[in-house]
Amino acid sequence: MKGKVQLFIIMVTLTILATACSGGTAKSTEVNLYAWSEYVPQALLDGFTEKIGIKINYDTYSSNEELLAKMQAGASGYDVIIPSDYIVSIMAKQGMMEKLDLNKLPNFKNVGEEFKNLSFDPGNQYTVPYQWGTSCMVIDTDKVTSPITKWADFWKPEFNGKIVLLDDEREVLGMVLKVLGYSNNSKDPAQLEEAKNKFLELMPNVKLFDSDSPKTALLSGEVWLGQTWNGEAAIAHSENPAIDYVFPEEGCTMWFDNLAIPKGAPHQDAAFELINFILDPEQSLLITGEFPYSNPNKAALDLLRTKDQEKYQAYMEFAATNPPADVLKRLYMIEDVGEATEMWDRIWTEVKGGE
Amino acid sequence: MMEHISAERTSLKIRLIKRLREDPSAQGIALISPTMIYLGIFMLIPLLLVVVLSLMTRGPYGNVVYRLNLANYLRLVDMLYLRILGYSLRTAAITTVACIFIGYPLAYYIARIPAKQRSLLLFLILIPFWTNFIIRIYAWIMILRTEGILNGILLNLGVIKLPLDILYTPLAVQIGMIYEFLPFMVLPLYTSLEKIEMAQLEAAADLGAPPGRAFWRITLPLSVPGMVAGSILVFIPAMGMFVVPDLMGGAKTILVGNLIRNQFLTARDWPFGSAASMLLLILTLLVTLVYTRKAGFGEELLI
Amino acid sequence: MSEKKPALWLRMYAILAYAYIYLPILLLIIFSFNSQKINVRWEGFTFYWYGELLHDQEVLLATRNTLIIAFISTIVSTVIGTFAALALQRYRFPGYTLAESTLYIPVIIPEVVMGISLLVFFAQIGMRLGLATITLAHIAFNIPFVALVVRARLHGFDKAIEEASMDLGANEVQTFIRVTLPTIMPGVLAGAMLAFTLSLDDYVITYFTAGPGSTTLPLRVFSMVRFAVTPEVNALSALWILTVFIVLGMSQMIQQRQK
Repeated sequence: MKGKVQLFIIMVTLTILATACSGGTAKSTEVNLYAWSEYVPQALLDGFTEKIGIKINYDTYSSNEELLAKMQAGASGYDVIIPSDYIVSIMAKQGMMEKLDLNKLPNFKNVGEEFKNLSFDPGNQYTVPYQWGTSCMVIDTDKVTSPITKWADFWKPEFNGKIVLLDDEREVLGMVLKVLGYSNNSKDPAQLEEAKNKFLELMPNVKLFDSDSPKTALLSGEVWLGQTWNGEAAIAHSENPAIDYVFPEEGCTMWFDNLAIPKGAPHQDAAFELINFILDPEQSLLITGEFPYSNPNKAALDLLRTKDQEKYQAYMEFAATNPPADVLKRLYMIEDVGEATEMWDRIWTEVKGGE
Repeated sequence: MMEHISAERTSLKIRLIKRLREDPSAQGIALISPTMIYLGIFMLIPLLLVVVLSLMTRGPYGNVVYRLNLANYLRLVDMLYLRILGYSLRTAAITTVACIFIGYPLAYYIARIPAKQRSLLLFLILIPFWTNFIIRIYAWIMILRTEGILNGILLNLGVIKLPLDILYTPLAVQIGMIYEFLPFMVLPLYTSLEKIEMAQLEAAADLGAPPGRAFWRITLPLSVPGMVAGSILVFIPAMGMFVVPDLMGGAKTILVGNLIRNQFLTARDWPFGSAASMLLLILTLLVTLVYTRKAGFGEELLI
Repeated sequence: MSEKKPALWLRMYAILAYAYIYLPILLLIIFSFNSQKINVRWEGFTFYWYGELLHDQEVLLATRNTLIIAFISTIVSTVIGTFAALALQRYRFPGYTLAESTLYIPVIIPEVVMGISLLVFFAQIGMRLGLATITLAHIAFNIPFVALVVRARLHGFDKAIEEASMDLGANEVQTFIRVTLPTIMPGVLAGAMLAFTLSLDDYVITYFTAGPGSTTLPLRVFSMVRFAVTPEVNALSALWILTVFIVLGMSQMIQQRQK
């Protein structure tokens, strides 16, 4: 009996030791990346392991909230994460990220000046830019023949069950608020109540909410139009040229995704290596090549211009990757709504769960 | 001094072993203690933490503030959440009943055919039982999509003009749940049907009872333990299910499981999510108690 | 049961029921050979996706993780669970009811609640999520199932053999190893098989206790179904089903032989 108990304890201990032990004070042999799905090219990860010799574990999430939730649970073990702008402010306020020693990131100089020192992280204390982009309308022009120019068009009865929206309360409710003429970061209960009712009206037209792979529903003909990110739309466009990315009159969200190191990350030296590696122009181009979001890495774009004129032209002319100036004026950013989050969440649950 | 201590230790050891040898209840305790210790640490304490968490407050950034308050429970007593709970109960109940209706004739058939064929048919039921459920759900997604196989066939045959909108609706979720849980109902039903004594049925036939009557008065009542065990195996997991609504409901169908998951991972309101978890747990316990009061756990079926 | 063949309508029903169960699976397998990437319409026959699968690092890693977790959790939970079954079936001791209730809680508790509670627990004690936490979680939910199965087997166990063995001079441990264990072994093995399946298939609890680099096959399949919906998922599914078929088939044949 005692023998069995001892055996059990030994087994458990061994299991824990064997699997929880990774990189102590010695130089790290692996780094844990936690990022959006369909966002970091395999070629980049393989290249990193080949050139620097450190293994990468790549886990994915499909929303900022999921990232934040896992981070707040603590003890998550990730070394590099890719939070969006407003999440960075939330995490900064709670001291959840390591301060970045920019001396360890010589490739930071490759980032375009206009992308440094942004409002959510002045001085780049905690983050460096990864990619940026927009979340606007995507339309299958084969199926949708009448012109669509604003979010409000989504409410048209002819689109019953034909729309895909992001599974993201900030994006969707924000969009509804904008249609009503309010701020997409509203904390006003009256405005939110109005938005809830407007959202309820839209529900019959919504086939599904999807933040994992919205383009799938479009490409499979499940839906005709929807709300998605520019990169997703670009990929869908390349598979089916009838799929267009449209900037609505009311404007849409502009977001910045950033590389950061969570506080207490187990392999911080490897984390810096990885971040620096990603900022290298050649590697940065790999991202643009596979996931056509907008690239804040000026050196990478310069490299593209010299290496492949055609692709560079395409990038600059494609509105999804390079929005024109008049569009840029209409774009708005998401900010944390603090205490009002409970109200937002309740509306989201109520509208989605109702039937 | 050292000898004294070691002598003490040895005599303690001898006494313990003697006690274990002679006292059956000591043996029992020794055998059950690894379980109690393990589950105590990895099940009771975590649950306790959830209870504690459910009484705390959510901070402005989604962190937990250790301030006692019952607000979370009060918040649950709201039409919105009660509606979700009701919907989950209804879905789980429909799934269970559907599984009984679909599964019973099948189980009955398997129980009645000769033993050789029986093991083959059982084998065929076991394969889906052992196959990962996500895979089986994906199969249905492929079938029910707008441009999926079902619509493809129906459109080609001219049965319908426009594709049926099944995927991403509550109907799809229901179909998925029934498909997933069917084997869990068939197996216990089969086991209990198989045990029914031939002698009783033959006696009934000899006494002139028509087959229908024999079924209603003898077979059906005797198969109740199977139905109960199957119902437990279906209803309870169905209550907390969030994967099927997620995959097949297009994130539009919210059951209790989705609500809880969302609270923890999206809304980051751990205290509220914990309160909802407690509610689900209590409900599940109540349902189980009602079932087992009526007809035991059905463990005798687990051979 | 009756030697009389069951009614025709029952036979038809059974055929339909099996068709209902297997049609989706067959379609899944067929479409794993589809050359169309978005896998909506049949385009052409190819083995390409199987090749992709065998090169897919994430899938290979997930498979490895899943097997490690399944083996360890099965072994540990079978040992602990068997002891628990013996304790509850043959002894009475103070705290019996408490022990029995505690044992069966993981069976009743919704997986969501158990997963969440473990997430909270590991967060509190500051333990990093990974293979270890998943394994610990799996052991916890496997113990009661093993215990249930073994208990069922113990129902008909006749203590007379054990008493005979002791009368003949063997002590308790010898009796246990030479007499008791072989007799209950089928039940223990059945419990172990159940534990193995439950661990292999688990999604919900694993979802909450997984960490970097510790993806399991169910988690990976879920990701693949959500994101990259290419026929590769079908290929993975087909291989999984095939493996189940082979393993179950072998165990059936072994059982037949024993008879």
